[in-house]
Amino acid sequence: MTRDQLRILLPVLSLAVLLAAVFYLQPRTMSYFGLNLLFNLAIPVALATIAQMMIIMVNDIDLSIGTFVSFCACVTATFVHDTPLLGYSILAIAILAYSAIGAVIHARGLPAIVVTLGMSFVWSGLAVLILPSPGGASPEWLQTLMKSKPPLVPMAIIAATLIALVTHLFVKRSSFGVVLQGVGGNERALERAGWSIVKLKATAYGIAGLFGALAGMALVGLTTSADANIALRYTLLSIAGVILGGGEFTGGRVSPIGAVIGALTLTLAASFLSFLRLSPDWQIGAQGAILILVLAVRLLVSRREER
Amino acid sequence: MTDLNTRPGAAVAPVVSLDGVHMSFGPVHALVDARFELWPGECVGLVGHNGAGKSTLVNVINGRLTPTQGKVRYSGHGGQSDAATGAQEAGIRSVFQELSLCPNLTVLENLRIPYRNIPRKAWRREARRMVLAALDEVFPDHGISADAVVGDLSIAERQMVEIAIAFAERDTEPALVILDEPTSSLDAAIAQQLLSHIKKFCAAGGTIIFISHLLGEIFEVATRILVMKDGRVTQDKQANAFTRDSLVDAMGHVVETSGRTQSARQRRAVGEEVARLNNGMTVHAGEIVGLAGLAGHGQAEALARFYMSRASVWRSTKTPEVAFVAGDRTRDGVMPLWSILKNLSLMTLREFSQNGLVNRSEEDRLYETWKERIKIKANNPLDPILSLSGGNQQKVLFAKALASSAPIVIMDDPMRGVDIGTKKEVYSMIRAEADTGRSFLWYSTETEEVLECDRVYVFRDGEISAELTGDMITEENLLRASFELQEATA
Repeated sequence: MTRDQLRILLPVLSLAVLLAAVFYLQPRTMSYFGLNLLFNLAIPVALATIAQMMIIMVNDIDLSIGTFVSFCACVTATFVHDTPLLGYSILAIAILAYSAIGAVIHARGLPAIVVTLGMSFVWSGLAVLILPSPGGASPEWLQTLMKSKPPLVPMAIIAATLIALVTHLFVKRSSFGVVLQGVGGNERALERAGWSIVKLKATAYGIAGLFGALAGMALVGLTTSADANIALRYTLLSIAGVILGGGEFTGGRVSPIGAVIGALTLTLAASFLSFLRLSPDWQIGAQGAILILVLAVRLLVSRREER
Repeated sequence: MTDLNTRPGAAVAPVVSLDGVHMSFGPVHALVDARFELWPGECVGLVGHNGAGKSTLVNVINGRLTPTQGKVRYSGHGGQSDAATGAQEAGIRSVFQELSLCPNLTVLENLRIPYRNIPRKAWRREARRMVLAALDEVFPDHGISADAVVGDLSIAERQMVEIAIAFAERDTEPALVILDEPTSSLDAAIAQQLLSHIKKFCAAGGTIIFISHLLGEIFEVATRILVMKDGRVTQDKQANAFTRDSLVDAMGHVVETSGRTQSARQRRAVGEEVARLNNGMTVHAGEIVGLAGLAGHGQAEALARFYMSRASVWRSTKTPEVAFVAGDRTRDGVMPLWSILKNLSLMTLREFSQNGLVNRSEEDRLYETWKERIKIKANNPLDPILSLSGGNQQKVLFAKALASSAPIVIMDDPMRGVDIGTKKEVYSMIRAEADTGRSFLWYSTETEEVLECDRVYVFRDGEISAELTGDMITEENLLRASFELQEATA
């Protein structure tokens, strides 16, 4: 238990330090409006990070989540807006396809990294077919939801908390979530107990697909239009978010709360660098440096813990 | 778990009956005409050397393998449902040699994995109650928390958890528990708790299949012994019909000559000191130094520290100082995806290489030499290492280390789960190597192996509690040095 708490402590601390730095540089962000601006783009990132976490939890990695989110955003901005029934069916089919990919990866013993890399081109191509040039429009209700202003706490914070809580309850507390974690921990033990790994992996991928679709929808709700390349960076951001949040690439050790915090931290890092008036050319590099720094601290902590 | 006798039919019907069961994998007949019944209240010792077909038999009984011929019947089932479900419903549980827990989950969450239809509501409370009840019953004073993450537990504690989960009540009561080398990582006191629980469990009408390479344990708990050889059950008698010698005979290995090395030990002169460890241990050329004591008292850590201090992290050399034989095969022994040959030559790649390229012909020669010397049962050096039985994998690991020119060989309890025949071969090989001036640092949890050493350090609570030499190395002295303190505080 203490190890888990320690695991979550680092992402919380890095978020706090970064937030303090941002408040120091730009005190005006310390407001309802400021916080919402800082964090509202973190919501789709957080959803995509949860999707990635589902895959990493079963010892795979997903290189297609960025293009998948772009695809879902394009579908949302066009079909869901124009012909909702068709739009939602497309999204549902996409989620089923995600789950089928998981099943194929396990059943044929294919490396997930290769299959998802290939799929990323498929999703990207589909997205371009649907929306060759940036455009489309957000469904009314989605825009209202994403831009709503609840009293006291900004929408971005509420949404992030909600995502973290729901996925925590599902992954860490529910009896089915425990079995999914077990797939990452010791697949053979589950097989021996009579579980179907194919079904479990398909489920994990399906849930990832669901969160990917939600990320695409949330993104459209915020930007009110879409573009086939809108979320390309999400692939790496989501992996970084999972790892930053205390997850590990293998062994089914993931933390949903940590993953959401990781996504918030990464989004905040971008704002922080802008406040430093760092040229956008350097920002991605600097973001990487922040990531390496945090992970180095984590390594030191876990080394000390072992002694 | 105590009311098995009262279940209708349980006292009269066999728990499992095998009727002419054959199991073949391609041309290999792993199990031939197995025909016997297991009755409630029996504790059946299953013995046989590696590759005799014990695992196949066990996997047929627990339903993971479907026999190619013949039938396995479970109590209360006509065999209509598929074997795995039938076995599960009949309350057949297995504890395997390699640990099958999820290290990323907590103790109570690991109970949920085999308990497939755990009630959704308040499942944690239920799982916690069950796992703690089982732990308390099998291993009183275990000191394991139900919320501990399994990855944080010691290997002995993990094995305790795994055993407890097998005995835990679930939707079905455990009727037959299959224990494959259950005590391999447990120290004597804990193992004794398990043995007494087995007796209690059988007295209450439960059935046990007990596989162990420690014949003492078999004789202590088994009421009946099945001997397997080359896929056949060759003998099936009451336990008291066997003696230790006749049992070893039945397994097909020569009975050990107990007068072995006493003379050899005195005859052998050791060379100058070649290493001194931080904790004061010394090693001389041509000496076999044992590290003894209860499992998990710092022996493995001492060896690992010594190895790390002598082996460079950054580069390998043509003249390594130390070679390492791992005990935990799956964790730090074999490269699971590699062939037998590649696993064998891993340690000596640099030594034999020319201009940074692998020397293929030297590799092949290495394989031929060691296949001959150590009798690795393999058809093709390019077969994957995992196609070998556990004992043969371990032989490859031995050969890997011995093939190097390193003057010091470190062995971290390498004989876990290895059959007696292999052990004997390895002992004589170690002795022969020591005669040529090689030094061995040998951590072992088995007294018999420690007795093979020239000098023994007994560990207790991470420190050396005694140094024994020559005739001082006796089981009694070893036990006294391992236990003394615990008795004093108890």
